Order: sequence, then structure tokens, then C-alpha cells
Amino acid sequence: MTQIDQRPVTGRIFDIQRFSIHDGPGIRTIIFFKGCRLRCRWCCNPESQEYDIQQMLVQGKTKVIGRDVTVDEVMDEIKKDLVYYRRSGGGVTLSGGEALLQPEFALALLKACKEFGINTAIESTGFADFSVIEQYLPYLDTFLMDIKHMDSRKHEAFTGRPNELILENARKIAQAGANLIIRVPVVPTFNASREEIKAIAAFAASLPGVTQLHLLPYHRLGQDKYEGLGRSYSLAHITPPDNNTMDDLLIAASESGLQCQIGG
Amino acid sequence: MSKYYDGEVAKSPRIAKLIDHLYAAMPEIEADRALLLTESYMQTEKEPIITRRAKAFAHILKHIPIVIREHELIVGSASKAPRGCQVFPEYSYSWLEQEFDTIASRSADPFYISEETKEILHKVYRYWNGKTTSELAYSYMAPEARLAIDHNIFTPGNYFYNGIGHVTVDYGKVLAIGYEGIIEQAREALHKLQISDMDYAKRSSFLEAVILSCQAVITYAQRYAALAREEAQACTDPVRKAELLQIADNCDRVPRKGASSFYEACQSFWFVQMLLQVESSGHSISPGRFDQYMYPYYEADLKAGKITREFAQELLDCIWVKLNDLNKVRDAASAEGFAGYSLFQNLIVGGQNTMGLDATNELSFLCIEASMHVMLPQPSLSIRIWNGTPHELFIKAAKLTRTGVGLPAYYNDEVIIPSLQNRGLSLEDARDYNIIGCVEPQKAGKTDGWHDAAFFNMCRPLELVFSNGMDQGDQIGPRTGEVEHMTSFEEFYEAYKQQMNYMIGCMVNAINAIDVAHAQRCPLPFQSCMVEDCIGRGMSMQEGGAVYNFTGPQGFGIANMADSLYAIKKLVFDEKKITLKEFKRALELNYGQGIDSATAEEITKRITRELLAAGRRVSEQDIAEIYKIALAGGIPEEERRKYQQLLQEIEELPKYGNDIPEVDYFARDVAYTYTRPLEAYKNPRGGQYQAGLYPVSANVPLGAQTGATPDGRLAHRPVADGVSPSSGKDTHGPTAAANSVARLDHYIASNGTLFNQKFHPSALSGVKGLENFVALIRSYFDQKGSHMQFNVVSRETLLDAQQHPENYKNLVVRVAGYSALFTSLSRSLQDDIIARTEQH
Repeated sequence: MTQIDQRPVTGRIFDIQRFSIHDGPGIRTIIFFKGCRLRCRWCCNPESQEYDIQQMLVQGKTKVIGRDVTVDEVMDEIKKDLVYYRRSGGGVTLSGGEALLQPEFALALLKACKEFGINTAIESTGFADFSVIEQYLPYLDTFLMDIKHMDSRKHEAFTGRPNELILENARKIAQAGANLIIRVPVVPTFNASREEIKAIAAFAASLPGVTQLHLLPYHRLGQDKYEGLGRSYSLAHITPPDNNTMDDLLIAASESGLQCQIGG
Repeated sequence: MSKYYDGEVAKSPRIAKLIDHLYAAMPEIEADRALLLTESYMQTEKEPIITRRAKAFAHILKHIPIVIREHELIVGSASKAPRGCQVFPEYSYSWLEQEFDTIASRSADPFYISEETKEILHKVYRYWNGKTTSELAYSYMAPEARLAIDHNIFTPGNYFYNGIGHVTVDYGKVLAIGYEGIIEQAREALHKLQISDMDYAKRSSFLEAVILSCQAVITYAQRYAALAREEAQACTDPVRKAELLQIADNCDRVPRKGASSFYEACQSFWFVQMLLQVESSGHSISPGRFDQYMYPYYEADLKAGKITREFAQELLDCIWVKLNDLNKVRDAASAEGFAGYSLFQNLIVGGQNTMGLDATNELSFLCIEASMHVMLPQPSLSIRIWNGTPHELFIKAAKLTRTGVGLPAYYNDEVIIPSLQNRGLSLEDARDYNIIGCVEPQKAGKTDGWHDAAFFNMCRPLELVFSNGMDQGDQIGPRTGEVEHMTSFEEFYEAYKQQMNYMIGCMVNAINAIDVAHAQRCPLPFQSCMVEDCIGRGMSMQEGGAVYNFTGPQGFGIANMADSLYAIKKLVFDEKKITLKEFKRALELNYGQGIDSATAEEITKRITRELLAAGRRVSEQDIAEIYKIALAGGIPEEERRKYQQLLQEIEELPKYGNDIPEVDYFARDVAYTYTRPLEAYKNPRGGQYQAGLYPVSANVPLGAQTGATPDGRLAHRPVADGVSPSSGKDTHGPTAAANSVARLDHYIASNGTLFNQKFHPSALSGVKGLENFVALIRSYFDQKGSHMQFNVVSRETLLDAQQHPENYKNLVVRVAGYSALFTSLSRSLQDDIIARTEQH
């Protein structure tokens, strides 16, 4: 039997969402970590970006965003839907923010999940030292990783970071034998062209063992939150890609030979 | 490879034509049945009631106009006009007479009525004065029960004004041996009697009535055979001519004899289903396990090459349309509670057989397909789920849910079977259950369940605790003490239980009075001959002839009462933030949110009484002044702010429906205040009472009769629906709500529980959407919930959700590959989704 570490490891999260059905297989509970190194302009969870606990105006009321929790506390919440994971093949997804930035907490949580036989996934930017990522892999059933753009300069312009480390990590994760699924947020004015999507798909197809690619159409769910945080939303002028555009991009991506789908 | 054919089946062009024809005009009230019934009754006044019923039924079936509608393959209509309805003065009539001039223009379920029909009914009704079941029932009721009804504690109106219905007869018996076979059974039973037997008079007259009724049905089918031949002769289209001749052949043979083909079985089924609703006005005449008793005929014809799957589907579709041809007129108030011309003809597929093996067959799939083809409210399609349910059947059902039609409802064998055994059903009978009406389980062909006996409003007894049993100036409940003097939550809770027990007793009195009235004035020989052991006992169902007898009145408002009592426990006794006296005043004043004139009058009366009691003189002018102040709220700003804060504190308390074990187990206990005392009572048919926890749509009109409740619900707002959490109080998503609801004791509420979840159909998109949906239901059922259904979320609902987000906090929609709670989205995104809904 595994010795359970008695130290109360804490981590900083800003939400736990149950009955999530688009981030990994089955019915899942998502743990949203606080703090991220990227600043994607379309980010639908802008309150996730700062590690510091913040205040946000939600429907006229001030809400505190972020809290420090122990692994046990999070597990209590996760265990409430055990029966749903079992019936649906679902489990837990670490999301954010970026779950790679709190390795001690994330690893303890993943190990605890595994002790209950819970399926685990991470939804990540891949922007971290591989030595950190490597530690997560034994405890993850699915690695959902964003590849947003193949052009590093454009990547940096829209996310605040270049893409070299991300691409390198994607290859290493794949080589380590992880069940890696590549996801692409499709954002008009950024990457919503056939050429840009095809380039990403070609890269994804070159990764050993990768078979799936998800195109996630840009949406405006997060727009109000920018206002609530007193920030401006730089993409206010763009509209979500329509169905025809998405279908067209799906065909383009599928030329890579990968199984492609719209949505998670 | 699937073991069953689970794919699509082509839809015949005939079906759309049938539906168009059915919905071309407003439904109409017809007088033929009432007139014929009355003619017969006038000639049989000296005879036993059971004989009079049979003779009236025979007279009706011999003379009522018959019609074959265009394109029909299955014939038999209770009315000349499509979706028309007959009326049933033997149960009650005055409400309809009062509505003659308004019924065509009322908002819920309007009916056209011609001047000629009005005239006939006016004449007919004169005969019925003093002769109806409702008049007799009222005379049997105890004064305290009448008082409680007048004060809207419970309403037994359904069976008070109408027939009982709520039965699944042994359709299989008619399919197998026909009415000639049943006549034979009755004759054998007659032969066994000795004229010297103590109950010879009653038994023999019942059996004679059965024989007469069955013969009447045979005659009626023969009239259809003749009509079909007549129309065939005049028909120039050779295809339709052949169809009509086939119809004639079918009606010659069934339901007189056993069915020799699937087509005949369909026609035979239809005559049974339709004529049950000519004999009596009761609704929820439920076809039950149609896929089981019809399957042998389907299988045999398919094997013999006599039928194709497509033709079988066409016949099923025709039956599905016909189920929407039957109609019933209700009084304006009931029409609100049962809105949508609904007859609740529940038809269920799947589940286990009597041996405990899975009973799914190809017809189970075709039945679901039929509902997809017709997209009509009837039949109320249901599906039984157990651990052995084939995945493909479950997925097929989920695809129907995804259409947004609101069907099917899902039932859990793993809870319902043991809950029925706990009520005395044998294991085999329990495994063979089906659903009556909304959610009520029973064993077909053996049960008189009285499943919809009354609505009991669990919120009203709590109001009586605060008023020491007084309501609008009358002492209607026991004096449980002034709340000002209560010092512990236990004391308060005990007072609630006392009020509940007393009112449950009153309700039982009222229901039993109605029960006796039906036995004495409207026994039903035709229905009884298809329910065991009426023929064996020589007794109608209404007198106790069925093997299993129950009475199932349903309580509603569980969520409101759980949250209310929890609020009192926490705020008054644990945290001492408010006294009971203050709480009482807050409720009376509707939390300072304004009150209606009736409540203002109520308050005026009370204050006047108090002033008089205190020896003060009160002038007319004073009273007018008090009333004015009461109506205006009459509350100083400071006090109003206090109530605002109280509402805020209540809002912040944990609520039932959010997966908080402490609150949920508290709700479980509160539900026992209704379900447990009820178990102790017996009905006049020798059966037991059993509770249901579901409201149909009565939670809205009955909520309108309920004052503010301590859970923060304002006066006259709807109360919670079934065992579902209070509207908008479950904010943690569908899994959390399901976990909470599963913590109630569904076994004891053996008359059924109802758990609604609202999904936009888009949340089920794709294979993955269906799989996760099915997993959600499986998981709720793993935790021993008994029923789950999914509300169609229409454009109107979404618009209402924009206006009143507080009522829709748990509504899931799918947006661009994400599922989200609708009310959490921005206005523009909500508009996007509404626009998208319009396209479908």
C-alpha cells in the first residue's frame, strides 16, 4: 500500500467545476489552477492568469477570485462524483491557469486521484521546464495540450510568449509515450486560416503516437470578466468563427491524417 | 454488431397527413355520449347500478356516431370531430354548464362547443341533479375534511369531478382470447355460483354486466366493419379500397376473437384503449408494456414473412397518432394543472421480465422510433432501466430526448421493483411493473392504484404552525401552540408534524368518501373484466375486485419545506438571528414585498380582532385605514430593510439540491412527515395508502394559494416541482442536484417521485453527448433515484430565463463546444443561443 503523505500540501485554485463534458473523456470535474505564464488575448478565464488572489466584479457584486486549498479538500469535492466517472469513463482534469506551475500540489492531487482509480487529465499550455512535466506523466491518462501557432513571432504577439519551448515539450511528451491530444483554439485574426491550421496539424501529425486534434472555436464567454477585472478586452472587435469556416478548417486539418474534431 | 435493429425506420407519408387532419381545427365538445347515457339511465332506474352501467355502455356503443378518418389504418374514434371529446355527466357536470360561454376562449385547453350541443346538454343535465358521484362523495365527507379542502390544504378534485382512470388493463388477454373468450370466463364463473350463495345477487349481476359490456364492444367493432365495407364500395381509389376492406376484415375478427396477426393485434389494442375512455372519463389509461404484449404477434408475422418492419412501424405510428385523437375537457382550474390536453397514456418499453431477465425486443426500439416520427405528446413514452438494459436501447432513448420533445421519462427497476415488493407485490409481479400516468408504478391487469388521488400541499401545514391552526379566521388545524412560546426547533418541528398528521387524516377521509361514491355510483364492468380478480370475485374494480388495491395521493413542496425548516432551525434556534415572532411577521408581510388584497383583508381582520380583544373600539373608518396600510405594505422603511436582510440571510443558507449531505438528509426526514404517516391508512377497497412525491403541473396554481414560506419563497410563487430542488436554488450543476435528490428515500414514496432536469437539447450533441447523458442517468440510478425526465427547453423558456435568471440557475446549454449554465452567459451570447434555437 502506498504511504499517504500526511503533510497538508496546499495549492491555489480559483474554481472547481463539476459535470464538465468537454475536457477529456466522460463526465469530469475540472480543477482550475490559478496563475499562468501566458497572456492569451482570447483567454476565457482572465481571472486565472495572476497567481495573486484578486477581486472581480461579477453581475454587480465583488467576488474574491482564488483560494488556497489542501489536497484533501479538493479530493472531497472530486469524490462527490465518483459514480459519474465510473459510469462515463470520466475523471478529473487539471486546468487553469496552468497546472504545471504548482507541481507539488498538482502531483499530490494526481497521486491521490490515482489511489481512487480516477482517470486523470491535464489541460496545459506546455510552457514549463520539461523536468517538471516529466514528473506529471506517470500519473496522467490524457495530456491535452494547446498548440496555438507555428510562427513564434505571431505566437508571442498574441500570447506574450514565443512557441519554441512549447513545441519542444510537445515532442518530448509525445516521445515519452503519453496519450497526447493536440488542441487548437481557432481565433479569427490569429490563426483561423487554412494555412495556419494546416501547419499546426502537420506538426501535430509529426509527433510520435499523436492521433487526435481538436479545433476549439473561439468564443466570447470570458468577455464580461475582463470588464469585471478592470481590464480591456483586446478582441472585442472579432466574432466567433461561423460553422462554415470551422468545417472548412476541419477539412484542412484532416489532410494531416489525424482524427480531427470540432470541440472537445 | 447490435443484437437488435436500432437504426432508423422510414416514416410513411401517411403519418404527416393523419397529423395534419388531427390538428386542423380546435377540439370540439360533443353531446352524443351524454345523451345516450341519460336515455339509458332513465329506462333502468329500478335495476342494480352495475346493470345500469353495462346497459348504458351498450346503448352508447350501439348508437354513438362512428367515423373512419381519412387515411386511417387503425380505426375507432370516440368523437366525430378530430380530438373531440364526449362528456360524462354521471361524475359531475355543473362546472361545464357554467363554462359554456367561455370555454372556447379560455387560455388553457380551449374547446369549441356548438349551440346545439349546449342545448342538448342543458336538457340532459336536468336529469343528473343529485345523481352524480361528486355529489354523493361530498355528502360522505367529514366537516373538517371539507373545511381543509375549502382552505386549499389539499385538493382531491381529480376523482371528485371525474372518473378514476389510472389503470393498465390486461391488454394481452384481449389480444389472446378476445371478448368472446372473456364472455366465456364470465359464464364459467356464473355457472359456479349457487343461487343460494350469500353474495349471489351481487356476483351474478356483476358477471351479467361483464357479458353485456363485452357483447356491446363486439357489436361496436362490427359497426366499424360495416362502415369500412360501405366506404370501400364507394371508394374509387383501388389502394384505399383495399385498405378499407382490410380494416373491415380486422374489425370482423377483433376484438371479438384473439388476434391472428400483428395488424389485428394493433386494431384490437386500439379498441380496448379507446373504449376504456368511453366507459369512463378517467385519464391516465396507460397502455403499459406495449412492447411486451405486442411482440409475439410482431415476431410471428415477421418470421412468416407476413409483414415488413416498415409496415409494422407504420401501424405503430398510426396508433401513436390515434392516442392523440382522444381528448378530455376539464374545468378551467384543472385545465391549468394538467395543461396541454394531456391524457397521460403512459406506454413503457424495456426493463425486466417476470423471470428477472432483460425484456428488450425489436418493438422496444420501434416504439421509440414512433415517438420520433410523430413528435406528439401522446403516448407518454417511458423506458425502464436496469443494470442489464442494452446500451443501444438507452442510446436510442437518449436520441429521442435530444429531439427536445420531452420524452421519454426514465425509470429505475432497481428501486421500483423492491419498493413494490415492500407494498406486498410478489417478486414476479413487481418485475412486471409499468407506469401509470406520470410516474406511478403498478402491476398491469391486477391493480386498482388510485394513483392520483389528491394533491397535498406540504407548505400549508407550516403556515398553520405559525397561525396556531387558524386560516382566514377559521380554526382549521389543531392548536399546536403560539410560535412565540416555542423554545426549541424540536418543539417547532413537532408542531409541524402534528399539523401534517391532522391534515393527512382529513385528506384520507375525503379520498375515502370519493372512493365509496365511485363504488356505489360508477362501477365499471367493462374495465373490470380485464383486471384480475374481478371475474373471480364477482366484483367490480371500484368495489375492490382487483388483486392489488392502493390509494396514492401525492405530496409536493418537499424542497420548500426542507429549506424552510432548515432556515428556521439555523436562523432562529442555532444562530438566534431572528425570533419566531419576527419570522411570523416577516411571512405575513411577504418579506415586505407587497401583498395581494385577500392577504391584506386577512391582516385587517386579524388586527381588528386583536384590537377588539384588547377592549379597543374599532370604527368602519379605522378598518378601512388598517386595510389601506396593510395593502400598501404598511411597513416602515426600516422594517422593510430588515426583511431585505432576512431574505439575504436565508439566501446564504445552504439549500437542498447542492450535494450538501446535512441539508439533503434533513430533506429526507422532512419527506417522511408526509410519506410515513400515510402508510398507516387503509382505503375502502381493502388496500393501503402509499405516497407519491410529484406535482404534475399543479405546483404553479397551488403555489398561488400559498403564502410566503421561510425558505425565502415569496407569497403566491410556484412551489418546487416534485422532488426537484427549488427553482434556481441548485447552483452546482446536474450531478450535484442528482446526488441531493438521490438522498431522499425513493423506496417509501412507492407511488412515484419526479425529478426534472432542464437541458437544452444541444447539450446532448454528438455521440459523446449521448454517452455522457446516459451515464448521468445511470449514475443517478446507481444512487437509488427512481425517476428522471428532461424538460424541453424551448425558445420561450430561454427568453423567460433571461427575464428571470433566478429561476434558471441550473439550466445547461451547449455553446461552441462548451456546455455552460445559461444564466451565467453574457446577454449577447444568450441572444445567440436563442437565435439558434429558433432555427430548429
